Amino acid sequence: MTGSNIPALIPATYILFAILIPVIGLWRSEITRALALLGSGIATFLSALGFINYIQSGEVIRYYFGGWMPPIGIEFVYDGLAAFIVLVINAIAFLVLIHSKEISKLEFPGRKMPYYTISMLMMLGFNGMVLTGDLFNLYVFLEISSLSSYALIAIGSKRAPYSAFRYLIIGTVGGSLYLLGVGFLYTVTGTLNIIDMHAMLPQVIGHSAVVGALILMVIGVGVKAALFPLHGWLPDSYTFASSTSSALIAPIGTKVAAYILLRVMLFLFGVELIDAQLPVTTIVGIFAGVGILYGSIMAIAQSELKKMLAYSSISQIGYIIMGISLANPFGFIGAVLHVLNHALMKALLFLVSGSLRTKEGHSLITKFDNSYRKKYPWTMVAFTTAAISMVGLPPLAGFFSKWYLALGTIENSNWMLLAVILISSLLNAVYFFRILEKVYLNNPDAEEADDAEAVSPQNNEVGFSMMFPMAVMAIGLLVVGIFNAYIVNVIFTMFPAGF
Amino acid sequence: MLDFFMGHYAYWFTMILLAIGLYGMLIKKNLVKKTIGLSIFQAGVILFFVSVAMKWGATVPVKADGLPVSEVSNYMNALPHTLMLTAIVVGVATLGVAYALIIKIYNRYGTLDEEELLDKIQ
Repeated sequence: MTGSNIPALIPATYILFAILIPVIGLWRSEITRALALLGSGIATFLSALGFINYIQSGEVIRYYFGGWMPPIGIEFVYDGLAAFIVLVINAIAFLVLIHSKEISKLEFPGRKMPYYTISMLMMLGFNGMVLTGDLFNLYVFLEISSLSSYALIAIGSKRAPYSAFRYLIIGTVGGSLYLLGVGFLYTVTGTLNIIDMHAMLPQVIGHSAVVGALILMVIGVGVKAALFPLHGWLPDSYTFASSTSSALIAPIGTKVAAYILLRVMLFLFGVELIDAQLPVTTIVGIFAGVGILYGSIMAIAQSELKKMLAYSSISQIGYIIMGISLANPFGFIGAVLHVLNHALMKALLFLVSGSLRTKEGHSLITKFDNSYRKKYPWTMVAFTTAAISMVGLPPLAGFFSKWYLALGTIENSNWMLLAVILISSLLNAVYFFRILEKVYLNNPDAEEADDAEAVSPQNNEVGFSMMFPMAVMAIGLLVVGIFNAYIVNVIFTMFPAGF
Repeated sequence: MLDFFMGHYAYWFTMILLAIGLYGMLIKKNLVKKTIGLSIFQAGVILFFVSVAMKWGATVPVKADGLPVSEVSNYMNALPHTLMLTAIVVGVATLGVAYALIIKIYNRYGTLDEEELLDKIQ
């Protein structure tokens, strides 16, 4: 097997297992999870192989489908950035699927086969979106991943289908606006290939259709990424979906959309052309900043852990989009590093809420108390790691992406966004430390009363299938934090032209 | 002024379709009517692509050595039409998922009116 086939093999693995799982699941539904794990495991292995290959050789693999050369044919561009993002999303999906064992028994018994089939299809769409070098092909993969995520979100509590329907309406409008933008660009350049179009745009940049296309594409992808005024679908979708679905979609879905925004703004248009007619980066930066504050403040107001995490997602995706909108090297490093960090942190937090739901049957913050630290000692350690990382304390990963974002705002002399980063870190501390306080700090009076009458809580730790992915992610946060200099060195080789 | 409208009437038609679709999705309370609005919106985008690629008096785009390729404007551009075949399929799949969700919602709440739904959910 040669490395040059890796970009095509990753989505091919997912589509193979998306077909295998329903066929085998018809007569043996109990092995569907093993098959899904095998599928995403192979994909993770392939993307790790491809990423190592990239680090060693630094070569960009361009895979031409059917041997047709671009711009006529469709190509997959496996450059450093795509290799990195593909590795992150596949590894996270693999870990979340390990964790899904108990939740799938509890929350949707007997419907494992459709769940795993759809999750394979969704990962196919996300991988395709990251890898493709063709704007229309990107739309097709966007719709594959979106349709699968509507279906995944609809599995869950009683309200889930309604929130999924709202997401479907809003998401499809976003997809259609993106397609309209692609149409505008096609009419003025006559190509759909991103690299080819990047070469042609300087000649047509004065055309009004190009501005219209940029606006439509930013709005369309912004809907998928839950950029601030377009985030309406996100809180309900994540809250009412099954815990394992939201743990699968929350860390991956919005990140991939933010990555598309990065591709469109910094790779397709490029640093020189993006602000040629409209100050697009400034406008997007303002919306991202408002979104960061809005998400943090709304998260403080929530009394349900999953809903709090959903609002916190809106705020965190704001960091990534802010890093893109800075359009300088530090902002780029911050955004790409935050994709990795936030994927780890948010997946871990959603897994903790899923574990608590399995054990306690709810995840209401108001009902948290200090018995949790006795009942679930290691789960709470994992939660604390993620919470401290979200706030951004130095040894953990979350600090470093915020650090580079702050450096980026200083380089642009954008003091407003620097203030937003600092304030939102404080707000993060408010909504995470109130949970840690409930779990770890004792109320002395209550404890005496507890000791007198109630039996001391027993250790009721979650099983291996849930503990393992959470432990890997918590250790991953520490490792990414300590070795972030190596990762940043790799990100240095991914810069778009013009930096 | 009149030339501007007449010369771009296909685009005006697209814009009107997009507006009708948005109106249906935003204002109508019934979930099925919202889905119809969605469908009209997608049809607007599809017709935009189709009308962009239209040329009068052009021939089939067959590339052969015997044929003279002196004037590009004499050939149709088939690519946008081909793309829209895929987009139509995507639209059909979206409608399928939407109606599956609508059936699920109706089974659970017994209504498809958005205001009644929100009342029942609270």
